[in-house]
Amino acid sequence: MVYTTMEGALFEPTLYIVKGMCILDNDGNRVLAKYYDKDVLPTAKEQKAFEKNLFNKTHRANSEIIILDGLTCVYKSNVDLFFYVMGSSHENELILQSVLNALYESVSILLRRNVERRILMESLDAVMLAFDEICDRGVILDSDPTSIVGRAALRTEDVPLGEQTVVQVLQSAKEQLKWSLLK
Amino acid sequence: MSSFKREKKEEEDGGGSPYQSLDKTIVLQEARHFNETPVNPRKCSHILSKILFLLNQGEKLSTQEATDVFFATTKLFQSKDVMLRRMVYLCIKELSKLAQDVIIVTSSLTKDMTGKEDLYRAAAIRALCSITDSTMLQAIERYMKQAIVDKNPAVRSAALVSALHLSSTVPDLVRRWANEAQEAVNSDNAMVSYHALGILASTRRNDKLSTVKLITPLTKYTLKSQYALCLLIRMVAQLIDDDDSEASAPYVRFIQSCLGHKSEMILYEAAHAILNLKKTPRDLASSAVSVLQLFCGSSKASLRLAGARTLARLTSKHPTAVAACAVDLENLISDPNRSVATLAVTTLLATGAESSVDRLMKQISSFVSEISDEFKIVVVKAIRRLCQKFPRKHQSLAAFLAGMLRDEGGLEYKAAIADAIIALVEENPDAKETGLAHLCEFIEDCEHTALAVRILHLLGREGPKSRQPSRYIRFIYNRVILESGPVRAAAVSAVAQFGAQRPELLPNIRVLLARCEMDDEDEVRDRAIYYNAILDTADQELINDYIIDVPKPNPVLLEKALRDHIANQPQEPFDIMTVPTEEQKEAKEDVAEIEVRNKPKQMSLEEIYSEQLAKVPGIEKLGPLFKTNTPVELTEAETEYRVRLLKHVFVRHIVLQFECINTLSDQILEQVHVRLECPPDYEVRCILPCAKLVYDKPASVFVVVDFPSAYLDSLGTFGATLEFVVRDCDPNTGIPDPGEGYADTYPLEEFYMGCSDQIRARVMGDDWDQTWERAANILEISDTYALPDQDPGAAAKSVCEYLGLPKATIVGDAVKEIRGGGVFRGGAPFLVKARIASSNVGVTMLIAARSPREDVAQLLLAAVG
Repeated sequence: MVYTTMEGALFEPTLYIVKGMCILDNDGNRVLAKYYDKDVLPTAKEQKAFEKNLFNKTHRANSEIIILDGLTCVYKSNVDLFFYVMGSSHENELILQSVLNALYESVSILLRRNVERRILMESLDAVMLAFDEICDRGVILDSDPTSIVGRAALRTEDVPLGEQTVVQVLQSAKEQLKWSLLK
Repeated sequence: MSSFKREKKEEEDGGGSPYQSLDKTIVLQEARHFNETPVNPRKCSHILSKILFLLNQGEKLSTQEATDVFFATTKLFQSKDVMLRRMVYLCIKELSKLAQDVIIVTSSLTKDMTGKEDLYRAAAIRALCSITDSTMLQAIERYMKQAIVDKNPAVRSAALVSALHLSSTVPDLVRRWANEAQEAVNSDNAMVSYHALGILASTRRNDKLSTVKLITPLTKYTLKSQYALCLLIRMVAQLIDDDDSEASAPYVRFIQSCLGHKSEMILYEAAHAILNLKKTPRDLASSAVSVLQLFCGSSKASLRLAGARTLARLTSKHPTAVAACAVDLENLISDPNRSVATLAVTTLLATGAESSVDRLMKQISSFVSEISDEFKIVVVKAIRRLCQKFPRKHQSLAAFLAGMLRDEGGLEYKAAIADAIIALVEENPDAKETGLAHLCEFIEDCEHTALAVRILHLLGREGPKSRQPSRYIRFIYNRVILESGPVRAAAVSAVAQFGAQRPELLPNIRVLLARCEMDDEDEVRDRAIYYNAILDTADQELINDYIIDVPKPNPVLLEKALRDHIANQPQEPFDIMTVPTEEQKEAKEDVAEIEVRNKPKQMSLEEIYSEQLAKVPGIEKLGPLFKTNTPVELTEAETEYRVRLLKHVFVRHIVLQFECINTLSDQILEQVHVRLECPPDYEVRCILPCAKLVYDKPASVFVVVDFPSAYLDSLGTFGATLEFVVRDCDPNTGIPDPGEGYADTYPLEEFYMGCSDQIRARVMGDDWDQTWERAANILEISDTYALPDQDPGAAAKSVCEYLGLPKATIVGDAVKEIRGGGVFRGGAPFLVKARIASSNVGVTMLIAARSPREDVAQLLLAAVG
């Protein structure tokens, strides 16, 4: 469009704020990643190259924010997982930071505070749902961890008994016992 | 050892992970479990997450595979398991881009979205909208409208956000839901009100009045959502920028009130908005800056970065405000977050005094190796600005750049450094010798061909003018011996420059060139022979036109012109003069730029519009495009229809492109065309009307006009009227009302076809006098005029405008002299010299034009007279 001009350097009044979110492991490999803007890193190859670079730049210096390839990336790590939220370099960093907090906290609640790769892989489906509940094609859908988890952690114990195998029933009973003891 | 380590690692990882080394075909096979009855939710959910995991890892599915999986997935709607259903939605969303016939699940999803289970509904809406296209929208519209006013906040948010996504393809859709969205803004749920505000903001983007109506009540009471408040601040800031009358005062007060908010996010948003307004109110600037200062001292890196970055971007706009923060920035120069440290140092360099330069440079060099290439480029650019600001510091700055040049780094980074040194060499005569020496040293060991070629080109241009040109020849000739083909070719060209400009070196150069004639590479050999032959003639004019000052055509347009030429008239000779020459890029970089990517590539007008022009039937018969002029507005701003004109000039024709925008949402214009009143001798050849002009979508009417056969008749004024048929339409749906519509016209402003539209100015080098002298035997016309202006400077500027010459052609102080040249359409070159001086009655001008074509010279004088 030729008529509209980018006004000064004010932030754009748009809902499309998040350009991407990803979780990497401690070798920089992708665990989960979503990119929301078709103009930003459109191909899987570019995305992986970016993630490699991002990981190399961030895994040692734990300083929570970096500007890379024109994107502002906020990040947080725990044990062997690295959480990233990316936005345009012309965006309110603190909004991105709030999205990162939502992502990290939700995952942390989902994994019962055991934020590490192995545990995460066991609940990968719930984490995928959490991704989906936090951001919808770049729009922040929710940033409150408890309500996100409420909509993502659906592995309820109240599956009709008829649909469960004996092993499943035993396992869920065991888990319940374990958690009641731990509390 | 390493393989042992890896094995151990795999053991550790693989232990509990079911996602280790998944195979696509096996996983897809597993999808057959979806057909079992009853469905086993755990198992199927696990398979779905494996499929999603594979897709997420970048695995590619063929359309057939995706469609198969998709259809298998639909079977899972039988199960009532919540988790499984949600995974199915996720899969539908992922696969909707790959599979065919995805609309098959519409009814299942519609059922879920209107059902009782709240956990389904929100997610079902989002899945449904990802498979819906505009044709099916009507079927679900009713449900969407209901969902926006639903009791459950998640459902409302999902409906609003999905509506926003849909609005990119069906813009008028969301307008129909405006009332529902408006209601949602006042919702108690923070996210619902944020999403509703976002959607209203996007639909009213171009409608100021209704934006005001939306915003004003919201500024009075506090929104619950921080995000919504940020968005509101952004919208308010834009309103203030668009309207600098008193009416914006309440908005300014609103943003000011946000500066007292307790949330850092809002504080930052408000401070950022205030400082980036076109006109920052002075009393607010200091309080906004103090917010940033506070951030600079925060313990959180993102706050420090936000503060430092905003300050860095302000250096050119509010230098004093930034300078006041020097102490805070000083504290950041050793920040553990290198992004913050770099921003602080570069900002201090931009605002600080000459005395602090050395200390800051030392600080940078301590961590320059640790920062990313992008930030190194920021540093390089800061140093480049310093070179302009403090020319006396060139020695230490150049040494620093040279040091960076020797370090590791990518092409972009090295190119930025080379650019900085090149700029230094061009701007600062004192730094020339040292700068060139650094570059010479760099190409000795440069792995980037493109960069080496550029530097050789620069050496060829600047080297011959230096005191000891011979010392560069050794470096250049070394390239001929050691490097790859393209670099050798560039080296040959550079060597030839020395031969052409320094007669005392000519014999040696001839020897070197003769040696290059034996090269293996065709290009190198050709160039050597070519230059040798030209140098052989000893004809100074020939040497000048073909070695020293060769016009460079715009490569994109040259390629297009050559293609057209081969397609249309391959038997005729190609005339390179018809291709526009490369325009000089404007050097304008005053802000500390951090965005390295997302910047649009600089394109000339010709490149932008060539695609649109290609749609005009018969355009290829007009020959190559000579020039596209900068657009002229033919209507006032903020009128019903906005029209601007682009004049595409060809050798014997002109294509007038009327770019129209309809700003009335309740009207559609049909059969839009333009009635032209041409000056005598112009003849309209054909008109390409625009069939339909809908709200807010620009469309163009093209008119092809023949130029008069005599150049002198080509100056004149055109009148134009827009003619069209108006049909009223529903502003929400865009569907026209039944009935015929009525014809109407809309007068446009007159426009002038001047001399400047028909010439392409050529950038003239320092040796303008020689060029003028060489043209002494060419036909010259001169005349004296009295100009109405009082000031010779202003007069010179307006003369330049009439002639279409850049302002840079004006030289002199008391007596202004214009020294320009260029090419007229059709390819006739010309030179103009005008002397403008004030006399007792006003300003007089003596102008002389030289051109092989008398009528071109006459036209130039006529344009001024």
